[in-house]
Amino acid sequence: MNIIVCIKQVPETTEVRINPETGTLIREGVPSIINPFDMYAIEEGLRLRERFGGKLTVLTMGPPQAKEALRECISLGVDDAVLLSDLAFAGSDTLATSYSLSRAIRNLSDFDLIICGKQASDGDTAQVGPGIAECLNVPFVAFVKRIEKIENGTMRVHRMMEYGYDVIELQLPALLTVVKEINEPRLPSLKGKIRARKYEPISLKACDLNVKKERLGLNGSPTQVIKVFTPEIRREGEMITGDNPDEIALNLKSKLKEAGFAL
Amino acid sequence: MIIYVDTEQCTGCQMCLPSCPFAAIEMRDDKAVILEEKCTICGACVDACPMQAIIRTKDKPVEKKALDISQYRGVWIFAEQRLGKIQSVTYELLGAGRNLADTRKQELCAVLLGHNIKEQAHDLLYFGADKIYVMDDPVLEQFQDDPYSECVAELVRHYKPEIVLCGATNIGRSFIPQVAVKLETGLTADCTAFAIDPEKGNLLQTRPAFGGNIFATIATYHHRPQIATVRHKVMKPAERRTSVSGEVIEAQIPEKAKKPRTKFIERIEEIEETVNLAEADIIVSGGRGLGDPKYFDMIRELAKVLGGAVGSSRAAVDAGWISYSHQVGQTGKTVCPKLYIAVGISGAVQHLVGMRSSDYIVAVNKDLQAPIFKVATYGIIGDFKDIVPALIKHFSG
Repeated sequence: MNIIVCIKQVPETTEVRINPETGTLIREGVPSIINPFDMYAIEEGLRLRERFGGKLTVLTMGPPQAKEALRECISLGVDDAVLLSDLAFAGSDTLATSYSLSRAIRNLSDFDLIICGKQASDGDTAQVGPGIAECLNVPFVAFVKRIEKIENGTMRVHRMMEYGYDVIELQLPALLTVVKEINEPRLPSLKGKIRARKYEPISLKACDLNVKKERLGLNGSPTQVIKVFTPEIRREGEMITGDNPDEIALNLKSKLKEAGFAL
Repeated sequence: MIIYVDTEQCTGCQMCLPSCPFAAIEMRDDKAVILEEKCTICGACVDACPMQAIIRTKDKPVEKKALDISQYRGVWIFAEQRLGKIQSVTYELLGAGRNLADTRKQELCAVLLGHNIKEQAHDLLYFGADKIYVMDDPVLEQFQDDPYSECVAELVRHYKPEIVLCGATNIGRSFIPQVAVKLETGLTADCTAFAIDPEKGNLLQTRPAFGGNIFATIATYHHRPQIATVRHKVMKPAERRTSVSGEVIEAQIPEKAKKPRTKFIERIEEIEETVNLAEADIIVSGGRGLGDPKYFDMIRELAKVLGGAVGSSRAAVDAGWISYSHQVGQTGKTVCPKLYIAVGISGAVQHLVGMRSSDYIVAVNKDLQAPIFKVATYGIIGDFKDIVPALIKHFSG
């Protein structure tokens, strides 16, 4: 079974600040990590490879320093890692990113399954996974919390929903996005770390792909960010006190009633 | 009829070559090329192509031109139903959509997909929609990505709305990105505010990023429709009117939508309460500070007397005290109820980003230094084992 996992390198924290003069994000001094949701995608890929054999490749699009994230994947046991990096991709929104990654996947060997994390922790859009599936014209299921079975090219998965989950069957090749509940990611092995240290990811540029130039980067991005801003720091908290729990409860009750709650 | 090769999809595998009874396919630059002079448009190669890169169609593919965005008019909302019941986010979309449609002096339409849902379609007219497009088919009864994205994309191609809004629910966030790719247009996820640019008339879409630590305003200038998913429980729902003036239009489901590549097997409900987190107006959450899973009974009891749902922090889920479907926070659900009561939750940033936009937040914690108090409207310092039973007592009846 050949599996591709798409990952994204993101800032380690979501506590980002905006430079008030330039209106851009301050990224200096913020270490980068693999998007936390992608760790579950990598782990699921590793588990499937252990069960069915085959090859597990990770793919990312990003600046050259994203190689670090790819090396971390190698230390976890991934077979190969591919970096799609080119100035032509700069400014890509989710449409251009989905398109570019799908073309890179076409460039790799045949795949049976593509796995992505449900969303990235920086943009929180959850759009690139389904976008890649559509660009590649393969079946797609989002928010997968369990792969129940794989038999004769058909996969049965549990899709997390607000009320519980749906059981869905789909034909391979396919693309899934996975949620945290699907597994518990492993730590890197010593052997993996040694391999990662010397590992050089495969590098792909725009000219290596069969792409329409007008669909890359800013040109291929219908959406544009007009401004970014920090939300107002909210509420001065008020402490509810009282001589005993009953009094505290009644004081809170009257506050909430004032706020319009029917209690 | 014409037949052509989509060069973007063609991988140059040459599977089509032997399939052609007329030797009308050649490879040029690693791509299949169909020789018009030999081709009889029999379609044998269409089936042979593993990439679906060979397309036979009635119309000649048109050369891509800059999109004439003035052809696009109308505000659409996707009316989400589950088990035939219109979901509450739909009314919020109708509320937000009505404002945008009025500003743009255009009509507001809803798209409803499902099976045996004509009655529900008619009912939506009472909530301010001018037109309801309905596709009614067994394949649309339960949500699956292929038929839903195919149907909405087809309707948009045909009627050309300028704005399409959809709930940022699991359904919306799953299939709308595929619609946007099919239409090659812009999509903005999980919006919390909209405005119309007074000069150009573009939709200004505001959304949180980095777990709510920053907001971004995003526009789609040169592509139509402008598509956005909308966070649940942020927009004011449309109110039911006493009379209706709009119409319900039954649309034909496209053939392709009838053959989904996925199969819906079953739906499993596993939320303990009848109220689910995304819908709840009141949420009572417990965290590691409870110290023991048995105290979740106390949380459930308080939620019950308030008519609310039960949430939890990641720590309590990781400890196995409650199922993941109750988890609020960055790796769980983002909620914005009217009232959020956090019990024994210290308030790690990953939890705060999932609940900080609640209207009122009450925190019960022993530790005055707990970060949850920074976002709390009302804080109570004390042992939850004393406080929560008192709340249950005084909030019931």
